[in-house]
Amino acid sequence: MDKTTTEVTYEKVKIIVANTEFEVPSNLTIMKAFEYLGWRLDRGVGCRGGFCGACSTIYRLKGDHKLYTGLACATKVEDGMIVAQIPISPANKKLYDIESLKAVPNTMLEFYPEIARCISCNTCTKACPMDIEVMDYVQAALRGDIALAATLSFDCIMCGLCATRCPAEITQFNVGVLARRLYGRYIQPEYKQMTKRVKEIEKGKYDAELEKLMKTDKKGLAKLYAERVREKA
Amino acid sequence: MVNDPYPDYMRESIKIVEKTREKRLKVTMDHCSPDEIDDVLNNYHPDFIKAQKASLRFGVSKGEVVPLEVAKIIETKSVLDPKKVDLNKIDFVVDLLIIGGGGAGANAALWAIKNGVKAENILIATKLRMGDSNTTMAQGGIQAAVREVDSPAIHYLDAIGGGHYENDPPLTRRLVRDAPLLLQWYEKLGMMFDKFDDGTMDAIHGGGTSRKRMHFAKDFTGAEIMKTLRDEVFNKEIPIIEFSPAVELIKDDKGQVAGAVLLNLDSKEYITVKAKATVVTTGGFGRLHIQGFPTSNHYGATFDGCVMGYRAGAPLKLMKSVQYHPTGAAFPEQIVGLLVTEKVRGKGAQVLNKNGEQFCFPLETRDVEASLIIRECGGRNNGLVTPSGQPGLWLDSPLIDQIHGEGTIAKNFAAMVRQFERFGVNMIEDPILIYPTLHYQNGGLAIDENTATAVKNLYAAGEVCGGTHGSNRLMGNSLLEISVFGRAAGITTAKSIPKVSLGKLTLDHITKYNALCDEHKVKNPPSPILFPDYSRQEHKDRIIPTNFLV
Ligand SMILES: Cc1cc2nc3c(=O)[nH]c(=O)nc-3n(C[C@H](O)[C@H](O)[C@H](O)COP(=O)(O)OP(=O)(O)OC[C@H]3O[C@@H](n4cnc5c(N)ncnc54)[C@H](O)[C@@H]3O)c2cc1C
Ligand code: SF4
Ligand code: SF4
Ligand code: FES
Repeated sequence: MDKTTTEVTYEKVKIIVANTEFEVPSNLTIMKAFEYLGWRLDRGVGCRGGFCGACSTIYRLKGDHKLYTGLACATKVEDGMIVAQIPISPANKKLYDIESLKAVPNTMLEFYPEIARCISCNTCTKACPMDIEVMDYVQAALRGDIALAATLSFDCIMCGLCATRCPAEITQFNVGVLARRLYGRYIQPEYKQMTKRVKEIEKGKYDAELEKLMKTDKKGLAKLYAERVREKA
Repeated sequence: MVNDPYPDYMRESIKIVEKTREKRLKVTMDHCSPDEIDDVLNNYHPDFIKAQKASLRFGVSKGEVVPLEVAKIIETKSVLDPKKVDLNKIDFVVDLLIIGGGGAGANAALWAIKNGVKAENILIATKLRMGDSNTTMAQGGIQAAVREVDSPAIHYLDAIGGGHYENDPPLTRRLVRDAPLLLQWYEKLGMMFDKFDDGTMDAIHGGGTSRKRMHFAKDFTGAEIMKTLRDEVFNKEIPIIEFSPAVELIKDDKGQVAGAVLLNLDSKEYITVKAKATVVTTGGFGRLHIQGFPTSNHYGATFDGCVMGYRAGAPLKLMKSVQYHPTGAAFPEQIVGLLVTEKVRGKGAQVLNKNGEQFCFPLETRDVEASLIIRECGGRNNGLVTPSGQPGLWLDSPLIDQIHGEGTIAKNFAAMVRQFERFGVNMIEDPILIYPTLHYQNGGLAIDENTATAVKNLYAAGEVCGGTHGSNRLMGNSLLEISVFGRAAGITTAKSIPKVSLGKLTLDHITKYNALCDEHKVKNPPSPILFPDYSRQEHKDRIIPTNFLV
């Protein structure tokens, strides 16, 4: 997605890294700006498309006292931007065996009692590059509303920016994972037809048919393939 | 319009698209005939450009046809100087070494444990962080023939036909037969798939499917799988070593694989791992930018596993074929190459030329659809070209809300919408510009249905392998592959480990391979490359080597 640093010339902006000013084209993301400067990245980089949370970045803007958070791969540089990356977020992760858990209101608090310390400052929500209502899912977890915590946190890419900013030292993204797994395992109903299909497969119901197809030559397969009827969308 | 991200000439074209939308709504183009398919593939698919291919000149798969970029990193010496590695001092002695912390790797580890390998006797070595992988990026879904109207046999036929009958039948059989088992396991682990109130998983079509069998977790299917698997790997306390890519495999004096040499990216030291079974799950090669295409792949997708495996004597197969996903973003420039999931077309968005016309069935198999798009742009000159020179066609995303009701795009494609929004494009109101992007490594290491390569104690699973998908993979069969064969690798190695006895460790195979390179007078830079190099020449020219600092 980023092979082409384009031939078109864009106006330059100045970004500041470690108190040093660098000039980069204004059309670049923070990540590509680093590469433009000749840096070969091996930290703070992953999917390069806003999916993996490897490129957490904090920055300030010219004449603005605020500390902003974002993804280096998905944020454009701006003139006067002061940038630093946080490639790893030290996390509090509790261990559990999903099979022995119960999706009861207290489970969340049992594993992550620190959620009770949330002061509802909303800093996490403001920090989230995925626009997730982070505080709301922490509060939902606190109330024991696992379903809500799960659905609200679903888009989380585990970048850790919320946790870095939280005055209550909560590892929100791990709270989210637990909520989602409890929801997926115990609250969403089981897919009955799948249980049935798995049994059929284990009994070998499709083996003969598959065996036959495996032995069919290319011509025979091509005929069968052409004769398929596509199920209506 | 204030701050229109689209330049005027593109906006003009969008107006035409809007005008024709109502009329197009109910019109779907027909499938291509087999003859048309042959024609468009032969003339427009990048795989068919002979000048872009080479035959490997040496090694176990001598004669195998590969893209030039692949030949360049296979036919070259190792980055590792075997003389500098002390194999008398081993840093980690384990039963099972897994190289690569993506979906296949995580599955292999978890299933090895289920089959009796102790967690503390496993080591997952990975290049970036655990889970930074193509798996995390997968959006669309995972195939499994679960529904009553479907069966593993129909799934098999779809995969074989889509793969142009070049699939390895035992691999494809295992893929389709084990599919429901794995999807059920994922359900049990607590992954949040889209379900109806009664628990039935939602399922849709993907390119080349004859039944709706794509199951999904919104447009974060791979992320949901990876986040859950990683959580499980943490729960089981499986030792992980991050930012430490493998650079070569270690063998023993009996010719068996016996572990690997890793590179600590911080200290630049090597790390030696001795293992009774080694599973390569390093994923694909998008970052080689075959034929200059942009890619949808993550930063670490650089073919390392195949390079290491090849030097150790494991054959490659089907390397001639590369998957270009028909719809990568072509605009805005910051996200060129990024995937626009096939599901967008699955939900009804049509592909249009600059005149707002459809020109093909929107869900042909990927190779055909990509070729049709390349033909419409380059061949027929009906595409647009962005200010940075990138050709593209329209994907009429607003149609989706017209068909399924307002809010459908926002609900189903949150990740995608956000991705475009970050750079000012609103895909709910405006169509988006697309062009094929380098997406998937169809070929790779040859394995049997139990993931064994031709070299003893060396196993491979996931995108790094070739054969399961023939010369064209269907959407949703890759997340399935990493699940089915990741599991298979765990089961197989759990069985093999107790029987393994290792001899004296050696890197002789590297010395010999390097000698072969000398014999053939190769001049390519050493490999594996580990990361793509996006720095500009003017920087390279000014670098002072810093070796003296160590
Ligand atoms: C944008 C995108 C969308 C996709 N959508 C879908 C979809 O909807 N459905 C579908 O079925 N498939 C999809 N795919 C394909 C699918 O996601 C991948 O093929 C699959 O996840 C590959 O899994 P893997 O475990 O084999 O490799 P990966 O998940 O890529 O994992 C490989 C791991 O190995 C590590 N590694 C690499 N080299 C080394 C080394 N030398 N040493 C140690 N570690 C190393 C990497 O860093 C990475 O962590 C998509 C792919 C992409 C890129
Ligand atoms: S919830 Fe926290 S970890 Fe998750 S994406 Fe938002 S900021 Fe990142
Ligand atoms: S930042 Fe911490 S304390 Fe503040 S709302 Fe979020 S979870 Fe609560
Ligand atoms: S690199 Fe993955 S989110 Fe930025």
